[in-house]
Amino acid sequence: MFEWLTQPWPWYVAGPIIGLIVPLLLFLGNKQFGISSSLRHTCAACFPGNISFFQYDWKKEGLWNLVLVLGVFIGGFLGGYVFKNPEPIALSASTIADLQKLGLTDFSGFVPAEIFSWSGLGSTQGIIMMILGGFLVGFGARYAGGCTSGHAISGISNLQLASLIAVIGFFIGGLVVTHLVLPLIF
Amino acid sequence: MNYIKYLLIGVLFGFILTKSEVISWFRIQEMFRFQDFHMYGVIGTAIVVGLISIQIIKRFNMKDVDGNPISIPPKDASQKKRYIIGGTLFGLGWAFTGACPAPLFALFGTGITVFIVPILAALAGTWVYGAVRESLPH
Repeated sequence: MFEWLTQPWPWYVAGPIIGLIVPLLLFLGNKQFGISSSLRHTCAACFPGNISFFQYDWKKEGLWNLVLVLGVFIGGFLGGYVFKNPEPIALSASTIADLQKLGLTDFSGFVPAEIFSWSGLGSTQGIIMMILGGFLVGFGARYAGGCTSGHAISGISNLQLASLIAVIGFFIGGLVVTHLVLPLIF
Repeated sequence: MNYIKYLLIGVLFGFILTKSEVISWFRIQEMFRFQDFHMYGVIGTAIVVGLISIQIIKRFNMKDVDGNPISIPPKDASQKKRYIIGGTLFGLGWAFTGACPAPLFALFGTGITVFIVPILAALAGTWVYGAVRESLPH
């Protein structure tokens, strides 16, 4: 009866619910869906320095967004720990074959444990993918004025040209890393 | 108490991202290799539902629960460089970490504690952007 809590959800269930978060936030709080601004609010709250970009009332502007992100963390805990799917992800055979060529062997979790683990942090791949990758996510999201939720979903839903351009950029970057950079670092 | 609703929406979002495996580095690889429809299905249907919702809200000038008109400020399209350059840099990071910001937090929540590292790196990236933004092309 509660199998749906541990089983993976298909795209046609997950996508529409994510889409409904856009009007839900507008109705309940007149807020625009977005996640990456929480990183800016955290900087403004914890280490603003004397940088003008971080000089604003973060509680007034951003406390709701930080609470939203705390919820995402709890949602991950419920979905991936409490109601964890015991089966490996049903990846396409061609993706598994491509990644095996790179040298990956462990497909049991959400992420390749060889790299995304505390021991993996000592490897070249771990440093590039977690530290450089994370840095680029934060830097790029703020430079572009939003991430996947703010641009790809909120922005394109509101027919914003700026968001379409940003999403094209997301794909240029993603394709370059996937097809040109990953083969170099493995 | 006002903030409980945001917490619950966040829990819902994090739970869906996890159940639909959007937080998986492997799924992001499938997407950037065009080898499965799953990620395109999630993002595509989310956009369609969001788009229809916003059009209805605008057409009927709907109000929020407090009775205020719903405002959806447009993105500033007079700046173009920031979207393509910043977007590309973000995309590089997205493929490296296999996670955009929300999945970073959800992955940390699933118990893969090492994800605190890319979260801290993303905070550093945000901070550095704030420090150097005036010398960047927008």
